[in-house]
Amino acid sequence: MIIKYFSWIKEHVGKSEEEIILPNHINNVDQLINYLNKLDKKYNIIFEKKELIKIAVNKTYSSFDKNINNSDEIAFFPPVTGG
Amino acid sequence: MTPKTPLIKIKIQKENFDVSEETKVLQQNNIGAVVNFVGVVRGYDEKNSQIINSMTLEHYPGMTESEIEKIIVDCYNRWEISGVTVIHRIGNLKPADQIVFVGVSSKHRQNAFDGCNFIMDWLKTNAPFWKVEENNFKKNWVCFNDSDKKALKKWKK
Repeated sequence: MIIKYFSWIKEHVGKSEEEIILPNHINNVDQLINYLNKLDKKYNIIFEKKELIKIAVNKTYSSFDKNINNSDEIAFFPPVTGG
Repeated sequence: MTPKTPLIKIKIQKENFDVSEETKVLQQNNIGAVVNFVGVVRGYDEKNSQIINSMTLEHYPGMTESEIEKIIVDCYNRWEISGVTVIHRIGNLKPADQIVFVGVSSKHRQNAFDGCNFIMDWLKTNAPFWKVEENNFKKNWVCFNDSDKKALKKWKK
């Protein structure tokens, strides 16, 4: 699974993307966040206030309960500020 | 004749754009109106009372284009529109540089005005771009503005 990060989230993680093998017991975005939080403390500050985070699964806006699998591309980013 | 298929152009680019040239592209036979919006880099952050020396824009390749396309399709479904061009710049920009161009053409002006306004409002809230403002002392990721979200209320059906 590819995970992409943008804006200040990318700076906290220290990279714009990473590849992980999704453990079998993880079925949705919420579970992925819990997994990352346990993996490394650097993720804690990003997911501390989940209401401030936007999620995309395969380049489409998604919710925290969206089902995911190892072939998906997940992105975490703050609300957008273009224009 | 109005084109049978809608004229849609979406470009994400580092380079500047020429408003006059883009307007010509939107001018077709049987078009009565072209409405353009051009967004420009501000040199001062009023919220934080800070000078802005430059700004860097990043985006999510692939998703940005598809989100803009969804907005344009929605626009076509609401108004009688003949053509739409959206150009958004990325990379490092200076105050007074052009950031974004939205041009909408239609037979009559009101549809073009409404369509351009609609696309800009949705682009501000849905198209994945992020700005970081820089001056001599620090850089500051721009926060989402609640007024942009409120602006969407006028488009609720």
